[in-house]
Amino acid sequence: MTTQQTAPPKAGAAATAPAGRVNRRVRRLTGLDLVVVSLMVAIPTLAVLVLVWFPAVASVLLSFTNWDGVGSIGDIDWIGGTNYVNVATNYPPFWPALQHNIIWFAVLFLFATPVGMFFAVLLDKEIRFTRFYQTAIYLPVVLSLALTGFVWQLLYSRDQGLINGLLGTQIDWYGDPNYNLWAAIVATCWKHIGYIMLLYLAGLKAVDASLREAASIDGANERQTFFRIVFPVMRPINVIVLVITVIESLRAFDLVWVINKGRNGLELIAALVTANVVGEASRIGFGSAMATIMLAISSVFVAIYVTIVTREERQS
Amino acid sequence: MSRPSSEAQYLARLVPPSVAATGINRRALLRGALGGATLLGATSLLAACGSGGGSGSVPADGALTIGSSASDAVPKKALADVVAGFKEPGITPRINTVEHEAFQENINNYLQGSPDDVFTWFAGFRMQFFAARGLAGDISDVWQNVTGMTEALKKQSTGEDGKQYFIPSTYYPWAVYYRPSVWAEKGYTAPKTLDEYVALGEKMKQDGLVPIAFADKDGWPAMGTFDQLNLRINGYDFHVGLMAGKESWDTPQVKNVFDTWRRLLPLHQPDSLGREWQEAAQAIQQKKAGMMVFGMFIGEQFNEGADREDLDFFPFPEVDSRIGTDAIEAPIDGYMMSARPKNEPGAKKFLSYLSSPAAQDVQVKANPTVVATNSAATTTGYSALQKKAIEYVASAKSIAQFMDRDTRPDFASTVMIPAIQQFISNPNDIDGLVKSIESQKKTIFTG
Repeated sequence: MTTQQTAPPKAGAAATAPAGRVNRRVRRLTGLDLVVVSLMVAIPTLAVLVLVWFPAVASVLLSFTNWDGVGSIGDIDWIGGTNYVNVATNYPPFWPALQHNIIWFAVLFLFATPVGMFFAVLLDKEIRFTRFYQTAIYLPVVLSLALTGFVWQLLYSRDQGLINGLLGTQIDWYGDPNYNLWAAIVATCWKHIGYIMLLYLAGLKAVDASLREAASIDGANERQTFFRIVFPVMRPINVIVLVITVIESLRAFDLVWVINKGRNGLELIAALVTANVVGEASRIGFGSAMATIMLAISSVFVAIYVTIVTREERQS
Repeated sequence: MSRPSSEAQYLARLVPPSVAATGINRRALLRGALGGATLLGATSLLAACGSGGGSGSVPADGALTIGSSASDAVPKKALADVVAGFKEPGITPRINTVEHEAFQENINNYLQGSPDDVFTWFAGFRMQFFAARGLAGDISDVWQNVTGMTEALKKQSTGEDGKQYFIPSTYYPWAVYYRPSVWAEKGYTAPKTLDEYVALGEKMKQDGLVPIAFADKDGWPAMGTFDQLNLRINGYDFHVGLMAGKESWDTPQVKNVFDTWRRLLPLHQPDSLGREWQEAAQAIQQKKAGMMVFGMFIGEQFNEGADREDLDFFPFPEVDSRIGTDAIEAPIDGYMMSARPKNEPGAKKFLSYLSSPAAQDVQVKANPTVVATNSAATTTGYSALQKKAIEYVASAKSIAQFMDRDTRPDFASTVMIPAIQQFISNPNDIDGLVKSIESQKKTIFTG
């Protein structure tokens, strides 16, 4: 955010006050203005503190305890890093889960995201039936999760599924730990591609047409125009797409939870956190330790993103 | 299904990409959701402290709330019938039904929030666990007037402090279920020993049947097989000690259980980890499978009438003649009172009614896959299967509940479910498996 934007120009004040004399303008805020501005700042800040920072910090703190969710806060025993040691050395699902999250990210990043971008570029060409394709590809994003699970169940079912019917096999796509991660990733890609496509299409529409014209006058072919001109111009969108891909793969949870609660080959960190914290188990300290690990990993990406964004703003 | 977190994530999905793209917001929602559960626990605690005392006070309208996990059609109607039969002036009972998986998973937050006056729960360790944490109401005075319940039932209703916290309502035995018509046609007889069991399985295989229907997608059904084997191989005392965390998992006894199970696995229906128990039960119902180690509620998958009458069971066969087969598993379902009920006199009257033969008759009539706990309940309307279940349980020397009721809930769900599933998909590394269970157990059974 730049300084010009923080004090919105008010019609009357801007007309009389000489440009650049910000201080005098601020002083002219009436009492009511001050109240309104304070409220507008205070309410969101409070919401962020209560809904975001308090739970986040509380989770980090709880990860050093063995609290089971019952009893007063005063009774909590501090057990240091024991939970972290146990997560790493004494909880068999943890390392597979981390590995699955990485595979999840790799497939989304190397396959689904590029495909989504590719579809966006194709649709941007205004080919025939472009609106139909757009709707068809975006449709999975709109479907509710329960429906997604159901749709894929029809394809994957061991005994009545379409895939086994076509291939004449009897593979248990959701139950066999050799396959179920990939089956779930395919279903996720189905949604992710549409999401990225729409995001990227919006970005492509915003690219200045004169840039393309200039490129074609200079004799660049389609490929060169895209990779040398359009892609670099769309840098902010590219960063957003990357961050969304990272976040999608870290928060991957709902689909595997619907399939089998994230067990038996479908372990993901978020599912393990839920299984430990939310269920009857209520190993809040232990689950919080895994949540904190997730927080740390995602913080790295958020930090990278924020660095890039602020650097760009400074440049512009 | 974890409602709060998935809902928050569902909401996160609705955030437009322009907003979501800032990254922090999306993460924040997830964090918020995870922390939310914690927060909920904390605030509800404060609320609970505030509303303490007031024993004996009654809401003006005499409202009595009943939290029910009986969300399936058959048991839901059963409870509704029971409540309809409770005619006490000045008390208006109301049932709040929650989908049973969700009810069980949220039990911690539920009991610390503003729980209903009376709620459905399970006997044994799973009851004691919450009673010991002060989340259940002492109903010892109700028990003083309870008749027709055996000493064993009372024991299963008693907390670690010697007070009663539970009213048993119904139970059902775990055993090996089969279709007598199929067996008569093929000339099978119930096996008495493990060797006969294996031989029968092999014969069924040759006859084109799946010998043992099996499903473990939900994680708990296979616990039943472990329990049966452990009770037969190591006996009741060892089993209970193991479940209570006193015996070690890393022992020849436990390895022997898994070893025996591994021998039986080829007779089990394959790909069990992707199958729900209902599908496995239907394999029996459709006469594609020969038998299934399960609870009597397998009958819910059968059609009322002749179809359901064509269902029988035999005790899990003997493995070791020194141990025998007199230890069985028969989980007891029932009711508890919350720690600070809004209508305590009403709740106690209602619990007293629930223990009566009259209430249990109504319950069992509507749900014939269970058996009443009160010995004075009418058994004339019982099916042959129900009558056999009563005899079976009465003749047993010791009765276990079920793994997830006999041990700590956190151990059952976060250690044993993944461990048993791992065993099913890779039955060859038993040493590594029991070592891992034991070392995880030590971090949970502390103090």
